[in-house]
Amino acid sequence: MITINEELCKGCEICTDFCPKKVLASSNTINKKGYYLPAATHKDKCTGCRLCELMCPELAILISKE
Amino acid sequence: MKEDKIFHPRANKYLRTEMLPTAFCPGCGCGTVLNGFLQALDELKLDPKELVFVTGIGCSSWIPSPYFKGDTLHTTHGRPIAFATGVKVMKPDMKVIVIAGDGDIAGIGGNHLIHAARRNIDISVFMVNNWNYGMTGGQVSPTTPFGVRTGTTPYGSAEHQLEAAEVVAAAGANYVARWTTYHVFPMVKAMQEALRVKGFSFVEIIAQCPVSYGKMVKMRRGSDFLKLYKEKSVKVEKARQMSDEELEGKIVVGKLKERKRTEFVSTLRQINERFRQELAN
Ligand SMILES: Cc1ncc(C[n+]2csc(CCOP(=O)(O)OP(=O)(O)O)c2C)c(N)n1
Ligand code: SF4
Ligand code: SF4
Ligand code: SF4
Ligand SMILES: [Mg+2]
Repeated sequence: MITINEELCKGCEICTDFCPKKVLASSNTINKKGYYLPAATHKDKCTGCRLCELMCPELAILISKE
Repeated sequence: MKEDKIFHPRANKYLRTEMLPTAFCPGCGCGTVLNGFLQALDELKLDPKELVFVTGIGCSSWIPSPYFKGDTLHTTHGRPIAFATGVKVMKPDMKVIVIAGDGDIAGIGGNHLIHAARRNIDISVFMVNNWNYGMTGGQVSPTTPFGVRTGTTPYGSAEHQLEAAEVVAAAGANYVARWTTYHVFPMVKAMQEALRVKGFSFVEIIAQCPVSYGKMVKMRRGSDFLKLYKEKSVKVEKARQMSDEELEGKIVVGKLKERKRTEFVSTLRQINERFRQELAN
């Protein structure tokens, strides 16, 4: 499961740029601080590699077992 | 922010979550270093009570302080290794960890770095190298690449980059590695190896500053830097077969040095003990 913490995210797009399977994409949803949030648009393709979880500078992504 | 809103188990374990989100700019590499460091601590099952964090002044110095739950000394610019030396000598059972920037560790604090490595004192230093003084708005630092425009080198830097990790290896440290914020998994592994080593350990992490540095080189997104790191990195094993000319502009990554020299504090204790016995006889 991919959980994105909307309050911590700063919309830097590192996760969307580097997910090897293009699971994550930028969305039009804005959080309280005005940052564009990523969305898991292709969840089925996620391999659970955790690259996004570890690259995120804001600890805003968590990959967990369903 | 309330604790229950932070779902990240490692954040709950090691961080003062009420301080999140971090103070870093969007896409800053400092956050990725913080993230990887939490992962390293968690895998090693280290108790925050066993840790003392020592930091200097700069954005990178905000990685341990104020976020980590362990004891933290936020010291003066360039001096974290000097403070850490004092802590380790008096509290040899604590894990003493320095996290600070390139300006702090290799610039103003460069001599502390060299001599702590030479003494081989058992502390771990993580130098976050964003190639500039990020906090003060983007001035040249000793690690800025040659020819790059910064706030204080508007026509390009005339100085060559200090290769801090190589200097520390030559000075006598027991463990030296370099990675970038693109290489998160090996970076975490190197952090763990450094934390396990007895003696001076040093991990240089090339990390992006898309704001202060990025504005002068027109790289305003964190990802611009991560792509560059991916492209320019060469594994140390391969780099050893390459000439200086071929290595110009490259980032050498990997484990640069591992040795087993005697450690400073334990040697000091042995000398003290010998002296005590001589006095008694
Ligand atoms: C003795 C002293 N000199 C200068 C400064 C101003 N100063 C604050 S942070 C900094 C440089 C920070 O660069 P670095 O250590 O690389 O950290 P970064 O912000 O890039 O992470 C300087 C020069 C200071 N605080 N104290
Ligand atoms: S990497 Fe983290 S902070 Fe950046 S956009 Fe993705 S979730 Fe948000
Ligand atoms: S865990 Fe890996 S595959 Fe899944 S979203 Fe993150 S980076 Fe992409
Ligand atoms: S100025 Fe640079 S180093 Fe400092 S928080 Fe912003 S991006 Fe990070
Ligand atoms: Mg710096």
